[in-house]
Amino acid sequence: MTTRIENVSRRDFLKAGAGLTLGLVLPGADAALAAAAKDSQGMEAAFAPNAFVRIGADNRVTVIAKHLEMGQGTYTGLATLVAEELDANWAQVVVEGAPADAKRYNNLLWGPSQGTGGSTAIANSFEQLRHAGASARAMLVQAAAARWKVPAGEIRVKAGVVSHAKSGRKASFGELAEAAAKQAVPQDVRLKDPKDFTLIGRHVPRKDSVEKTTGRALFTQDVKLPGMLVAVVAHPPRFGATVRTVDERAARAVPGVLRVVRIPQGVAVLARDYWTAKKGRDALQIDWDDSAAYRGSSAQILADYRKLAATPGLVARRDGDTDKALAEGAQALEAEYAFPYLAHAPMEPLNCVMRIDAQGCEVWNGEQFQTGDQYTLAAFFGLKPEQVKLNMLFAGGSFGRRANPAADYVLETAHIVKAIRGEAPVKLVWSREDDMRAGYYRPLYLHRLRAALDAQGKPLAWAQRVVGQSILAGTPFEAGMVKDGIDATSVEGAANLPYAIPNLQVELHTTSKDVKVPVLWWRSVGSTHTAFAAEVFLDELATAAGADPVAYRLDLLGAHPRHAGVLKLAADKAGWSRPLAPGKTGRRGRGVAVHESFNTFVAQVVEVTVAPDGGFTVDRVVCAVDCGIAVNPDVIRAQMEGGIGFGLAAALSGAITLKDGVVEQSNFHDYPILRIDQMPRVEVHIVRSAAKPTGVGEPGVPPLAPALVNALFAATGKRIRTLPIGEQLKA
Amino acid sequence: MTTLDINGREHTLDVATGTPLLWALRDTLGLTGTKFGCGAALCGACTVHLDGQAVRSCITPISAAAGKKITTIEAATDGGDRIGTAVRDAWVKHDVAQCGYCQSGQIMSATAFLKSLPKGKQPTPDEIDAAMAGNLCRCGTYARIRAAIADAARTIA
Repeated sequence: MTTRIENVSRRDFLKAGAGLTLGLVLPGADAALAAAAKDSQGMEAAFAPNAFVRIGADNRVTVIAKHLEMGQGTYTGLATLVAEELDANWAQVVVEGAPADAKRYNNLLWGPSQGTGGSTAIANSFEQLRHAGASARAMLVQAAAARWKVPAGEIRVKAGVVSHAKSGRKASFGELAEAAAKQAVPQDVRLKDPKDFTLIGRHVPRKDSVEKTTGRALFTQDVKLPGMLVAVVAHPPRFGATVRTVDERAARAVPGVLRVVRIPQGVAVLARDYWTAKKGRDALQIDWDDSAAYRGSSAQILADYRKLAATPGLVARRDGDTDKALAEGAQALEAEYAFPYLAHAPMEPLNCVMRIDAQGCEVWNGEQFQTGDQYTLAAFFGLKPEQVKLNMLFAGGSFGRRANPAADYVLETAHIVKAIRGEAPVKLVWSREDDMRAGYYRPLYLHRLRAALDAQGKPLAWAQRVVGQSILAGTPFEAGMVKDGIDATSVEGAANLPYAIPNLQVELHTTSKDVKVPVLWWRSVGSTHTAFAAEVFLDELATAAGADPVAYRLDLLGAHPRHAGVLKLAADKAGWSRPLAPGKTGRRGRGVAVHESFNTFVAQVVEVTVAPDGGFTVDRVVCAVDCGIAVNPDVIRAQMEGGIGFGLAAALSGAITLKDGVVEQSNFHDYPILRIDQMPRVEVHIVRSAAKPTGVGEPGVPPLAPALVNALFAATGKRIRTLPIGEQLKA
Repeated sequence: MTTLDINGREHTLDVATGTPLLWALRDTLGLTGTKFGCGAALCGACTVHLDGQAVRSCITPISAAAGKKITTIEAATDGGDRIGTAVRDAWVKHDVAQCGYCQSGQIMSATAFLKSLPKGKQPTPDEIDAAMAGNLCRCGTYARIRAAIADAARTIA
């Protein structure tokens, strides 16, 4: 059984036969395993030596990507690893998304789970995919040796050509594919010495650029199945509210509205197209029952957190005797930093396509957490996990939103499918307003910091209290990542502060039992707030000590050479030792921050110009990154550039606020994201390293906000301690 | 019934005249290269050309598009349009796209902008920023968008 996507432009595209294809012909649930042995045109692949690579008689090398491509460049990165050891020609390589099968495609850093997140894609795949490529290469070589009756050791493979110099024989992968399939899979393959890399560390074009430049890339929003209905849902205005009564008459009166169904998440209106379904949704008259709803306000949450921050919390780290040292210092400092809720706001509003039949359930989704979604859906429908087939499509951004242990929008789709008894495939589409208001935010946090300096200005003590909701409480990750009541994601970046401070204490107050706002990881997770608190407070210490911010940090980073390395590199490239050129339109300032997240080290120097009225521009950001071996340097640069833009948007104006339980923002006019005219000039410098590669999707974000605030302080003498910055310099 | 001239072909649609052009393109005609981002002309993901002008198709009812030449990303980048082709090639050369979802709109705005310039005129960085300020990219590909537009402008000069 196969399901055809009806999309006209896709069909034309496939006729043209160009580029990376995610498959016009989508195999049904019962064909999942057979599909793995087919190439991207749906043809039987001549040679499929393992779960990650297939080679067709047409000489096409298909790399099966187990991670979601959501912009971070992982399809290119994963393909680079395979192609490097296979010695393929980059042009012959195409990529397709893996099916949900945690036995073959689990994230090696997540144990038995398949999913994408925590900047782990390249880190966990580096050896696995190189082995996959090397193993396929060895079998091609064996096939050539047998065919040409020459020793395998005399055969070379270069850029997709297998050759034997003495006999002058050569062959393409496609010509050898069928014979290679008959060779034994080697038990042991030797990976290349990094000095022999021809693709890793070089510039290769992204595998998804052409289709993303011509409107052909297939996102969930673009899927259209025969008979499919589009569902738009009325969600409650407050979290936890339910439908008391609904008057559907006006909605049903909209021509084209076919179904109106109640689900636990609200009321869904279904039509053949989005616009009709949305008109129907907007015409619903719903009386919401707020008796179980959360009615908190951001201002009250912050005030409550402030009270909590004055009391001891659970200890996440304790070095020395902080209370004693705080009392004994020559100079004492104290500061409080506040962080709002933040929406992920990917450009593609959330959506999911699902259908069910006697064989099972099939889903089309920017699928970021296969194992979680698969088990959630299996439990919901009473199916075996393997009866839940997940087609991983490109995601139009995610930033963490599509990997939700609660599977919120996926489960919402399932409820609609169930409510219509599976009579038609359903595409759930959230409007931008739904996306902004229906939850799953970076939690609101408050940090209280105190420090003591000795007579020379060096820090003697550092005491930090973090207050906020737990992201992991109540999720399957709780067992592994919440220890003794401390959610590792609440204190990452704080509890592992790298600076040499003899008396250091980090405490946590978790507020999840009182504050019922749905929260989730958001690009760089805990480091979105801990990096700011640490790097701004350290700057305050340096100022109090009368020290240079870079020199002060370096003095405390003796045991952390990779932090020091990126800090020195960024400072050097930014010309830190030379005075900043004066501004034509205002006072200039330069600030710095360094932070490790997901085992990647990033330092950024930010330069600003502040006008007399307090308005400012971010002129330049110099970024240094140490992520071990740079697999795709240009992708790394792109992720640093993008991370800086993402961090800057949040620092300037990002805030989701609640009033009486209702989210006050709705679209990009009141939750602005960065515009091109706000984008600074960015320079990225990559540290040369032989260490294993680590991730780059997230680590570019954390240093930006603290470096910016430190730069604004350098320009104005005013210290911003509450994000977003907004109009605070104009006050 | 509304007849629309899309990418040089006439299409007759049986949809309500108030339907935004975006949904007629996407859901009725299957031209899904034009994207839905905000539904309120705030992000530019849905940008198409109406008689050569960049417009937000999410707030343009089909009644307002009737009688005009509508161009979408599919035609702008199919190689038949000199400036669209230059923009497409520059986008690929600079590997602008990350998630890619906003890029159809970015490319349509960039193409309309370059077409609006006097022949041979090279846009300044400020002019590029001003022309593109209505197109949002959550991935932050702006530095490369600037570079690609400047590159395309040199190509067509």
